[in-house]
Amino acid sequence: MTKKEYEDIPGTFVFDADRSREGYHLNMFCISLGKQVNRDAFKADPEAYLDKYPMTADQRAAILARDWNEMLRLGGNIYYTSKLAAFDGITFQDLAAMMSGMEREEYRAMMVNGGRSVEGNRYKSEWGEE
Amino acid sequence: MAHIKAGVGVSHVPAIGVAMDQGITDQPYWQPVFEGFKKSREWMKEQNPDVIFLVYNDHCTAFDASCIPTFALGAAAEFKPADEGWGPRPVPVVKNHQKLASHIAQSLILDEFDITIMNEMEVDHGLTVPLSVMYGEVDKDDEWPALVIPLAVNVVQYPAPTGNRCYNLGKAIRRAVESFDEDLNVMIFGTGGMSHQLQYKRAGLINADWDQRFLDLIAEDPVYASQIPHVEYLREAGSEGVELVMWHVMRGALDEKVKEVHRHYHVPASNTAVGHIILENEAA
Repeated sequence: MTKKEYEDIPGTFVFDADRSREGYHLNMFCISLGKQVNRDAFKADPEAYLDKYPMTADQRAAILARDWNEMLRLGGNIYYTSKLAAFDGITFQDLAAMMSGMEREEYRAMMVNGGRSVEGNRYKSEWGEE
Repeated sequence: MAHIKAGVGVSHVPAIGVAMDQGITDQPYWQPVFEGFKKSREWMKEQNPDVIFLVYNDHCTAFDASCIPTFALGAAAEFKPADEGWGPRPVPVVKNHQKLASHIAQSLILDEFDITIMNEMEVDHGLTVPLSVMYGEVDKDDEWPALVIPLAVNVVQYPAPTGNRCYNLGKAIRRAVESFDEDLNVMIFGTGGMSHQLQYKRAGLINADWDQRFLDLIAEDPVYASQIPHVEYLREAGSEGVELVMWHVMRGALDEKVKEVHRHYHVPASNTAVGHIILENEAA
């Protein structure tokens, strides 16, 4: 398959149809946590609750390890995985800090000071990636 | 005849709703965000629209990965604020102008915009936060000052509809509104943005220069703005900045030349740049 034009953006997963297909069960698990009855069931028995979603072993392991970036790499989308973060009591901003490998206060200060600059962050080549 | 004479572009950052719901809008972090909406709230009182046609995106609330309509028009009598994982926002139920909504749905489809019609739908912060910032606090037992017709646009799964398609949809919405017999003041909102990225290693990206240019273009050169390709939003305004395509629907429903009444821009609200513009048709 030809390379997609948005795949040269660093530090970014574009949630397209390929990712959506790959991450479907992972995302459907995450979004189920929007309902209290499901949050209660997941809390009571995480493994049994996850059995209801036929995801891959890697996806399941990423969820149990709360490896937020790995979930995205395996087809997760942030609007879905943020429901799992909310289940854990993690705010969106703290989740963003974790995903970008920053300390909470460091990330918050960056945002108050105008956010992450686009300079040097447009192309993978600027990050030394292909 | 119903008519559209003004449009509003506004971010719908969930944390803005939380700040209002918790009564902390005077805190130093939030004060500059809300300062920029003071004029907007006065303007809303003067305009006093009967109906707001509100273009927003659902955040996997009404539509999870199992069903992804590109354009979904709310035709139900009312829309309850949804529980997004931390309880519903304490704001009023959103009431529709059902006859106008049905008329618009029919008109759009005959105009070759094959929209999805929603007769049951809950609405999330994408719809209620713009109402809150533009009207101020409204008790959940009161009513919103206007009826609301929601149009949910998919921007979660790539690709969102193109800016060009959104702009032309705005024109079709205007034709639909202007062919409705009842004398109604209809206002249109385009919501979302501005630059923000919520995910992975580039989370926190903000591009104020690009945002200001987008506000200039939306006001002065909407046709050019509608041609911005998706990859530019993703690269320059962050992966979630592509929400801005929804502003083109609003812009397409107005005259090509408009008067800019108000603009507000502030960084940050949580992870996002807050942008806002009010545009009126010159003849209004």
